[in-house]
Amino acid sequence: MHRKTASLVHLNRGDSGRIIEIHGGPGFRRRLNVLGVREGQIVKVVSRQPLRGPLTISVGYSQMTIGRGMAHKIIVEVI
Amino acid sequence: MIKKIVLMGNPNVGKSVVFSRLTGAKVISSNYPGTTIDYSKGKMILDGKQVEIIDAPGTYSLEPSNKAEEVAVKMLEDADVIIDVIDSTNLERNLYLTLELLERNIPIIIVLNLWDETKHLGIEIDKDELERILNVPVVTTVALTGEGIKELVSKIKKAKTSEKIKPTIDEGRWIEIGSIIKKVEKIGHRHHTLRDRINDLTIKPLTGIPIAIIVIFFSFWIVRLIGEFLSVNVIGQIFEIVYKPLIMDFGEWLGDGIAYQILISQDFGVVEFTESLGMLTTGLFVPLAMVLPYIIAFYFMLSILEDSGYLPRLATLVDNIFHKIGMHGYGIIPLFLGLGCNVPGCLATRTLETRKQRFIAATLLAIAIPCMAQMAMIFGILGPYGIYYILLVFLSLIIIYITVGLILNRIIKGPSPEIFLEIPPYRRPSFNVIIKKTWMRIKWFLKEAIPFLFVGVLIINILYTVGFLQWLGNALAPIMEGLFGLPGGASIAMVTGFLRKDLAVGMLIPLNMAPLQLVIAATMLTVYFPCVAAFAVLVKELGIKDMIKSASIMISTALIVGVILRFVLLGV
Repeated sequence: MHRKTASLVHLNRGDSGRIIEIHGGPGFRRRLNVLGVREGQIVKVVSRQPLRGPLTISVGYSQMTIGRGMAHKIIVEVI
Repeated sequence: MIKKIVLMGNPNVGKSVVFSRLTGAKVISSNYPGTTIDYSKGKMILDGKQVEIIDAPGTYSLEPSNKAEEVAVKMLEDADVIIDVIDSTNLERNLYLTLELLERNIPIIIVLNLWDETKHLGIEIDKDELERILNVPVVTTVALTGEGIKELVSKIKKAKTSEKIKPTIDEGRWIEIGSIIKKVEKIGHRHHTLRDRINDLTIKPLTGIPIAIIVIFFSFWIVRLIGEFLSVNVIGQIFEIVYKPLIMDFGEWLGDGIAYQILISQDFGVVEFTESLGMLTTGLFVPLAMVLPYIIAFYFMLSILEDSGYLPRLATLVDNIFHKIGMHGYGIIPLFLGLGCNVPGCLATRTLETRKQRFIAATLLAIAIPCMAQMAMIFGILGPYGIYYILLVFLSLIIIYITVGLILNRIIKGPSPEIFLEIPPYRRPSFNVIIKKTWMRIKWFLKEAIPFLFVGVLIINILYTVGFLQWLGNALAPIMEGLFGLPGGASIAMVTGFLRKDLAVGMLIPLNMAPLQLVIAATMLTVYFPCVAAFAVLVKELGIKDMIKSASIMISTALIVGVILRFVLLGV
């Protein structure tokens, strides 16, 4: 089966992916990590706001809203 | 000897509910020295001795990523015992902070809060096993109902340091958490609950935006209801019935003269609380009877929206617009509050992270957001001519808000970070916490803002007594006529507007203006400057230097807007 990797920002609402990489500085990665957004975790796109607005994502029992710039730095394997 | 207990935990785990259960009624909220971060402290009795207990700001880890988290970490320094509050429904994530805390070698007791919710969610946690692995006491609580709080109190003395948890780096911690979770937690099938559905509906743009509009209007309606009731029927009555006779007697004893003019009224023997301009009349009445009631109502509503978990969703929905004008979604909060009274609006700019964001939020608030009292007057004077004219005012204000925002976003330097916030599950707010929170915010307002209001009225009063305001009004009359196509008399209203915007709007009535002229005047009154109360708070929040910048933006905007409106609406 062929696996597709994509930046989280390109996922549609309702899509899920396994996080394979988070770009960006250590501070940024840590902020995501402590909320449960880490490599290996499954992330789901809960909503996307129009006009280049933010994404709301869920990981485990946590949900958070992140800007598109941040979502761009999270690389997932689409599942 | 336990002297100081610090409550630590992630945000949104019900920490302040636990705190309010542990402490009595006497809770102090203060600013952490050198910051704008509020925290609460209280007292509890432990073995007959008084112990201080501190509610630290919520933090996800001990390597702080913002000011509030820095404060939380600093508070650990002199803690004798840590109570680590964990959201049981989100154990894995919460354990990260727990492990970091355990590495600090401070006696600790762990609270698995929101314990009742684990059952609904099909989560099973082996509490005893967790206690054994972490090697410190663990208690389960439902702080909202008080379940488990007694056990927590009785076990505080048993708080201890862990011998089993050794310091490590974050990779190591995650591995450790993984192995702990495997041993203590079983997750069954999770049903899609009503709460999940409400969450989906309120965060998807298609349904979320209409719901947001309803929530905002409803909140407003409640605030106005409570505020008006307190203002007219409670505090206003106290002033009229109890205070007025006293001040009249005092006035007679004082006799006519400069002291009477400054303290009581410009007209001897006449006391009109909204117009007398005396320190002891208008100076007390405006802040206590006209501003405070709305502040109470607002803080009450805000606390409910905050504790139910709605605000992060609202911030998410409006983030795209606010990001383009230099803020992010949380910029809706100062705006929202400012529509009631600009003073709490200005205070709320603190929720934004950077100087640029706060500056833009405060400036836009002062320029384009009319307060409740002012809106009521605008409805009053334009209503008879039709809703069209009222809409014209608000449309102008919206255009001004966005246009000035877009420009400021370009010219103000500094970072404007993207939105990044947790969306906590919806929860029923604790009435106790709401009341305490509201009360603490009101106390803060009384202590910090009232003196400013008082001094503001004093200055206006002196300027009026020496005739400066009248002189300024006359001097500005040619600008009104020449630039904005308004009668010269409107300038006195503008100057008065600095003291009370609603009074100023009322002063436009006898000028016999055409409806479109009224639209210009009403818009200008909102735009040109904030009222003295908001101005005083802005000076405090922004600092003198930024305030001068902000004020010049306000005045230039007013000039430009006035001229544009004149050409567009009057065509001359």
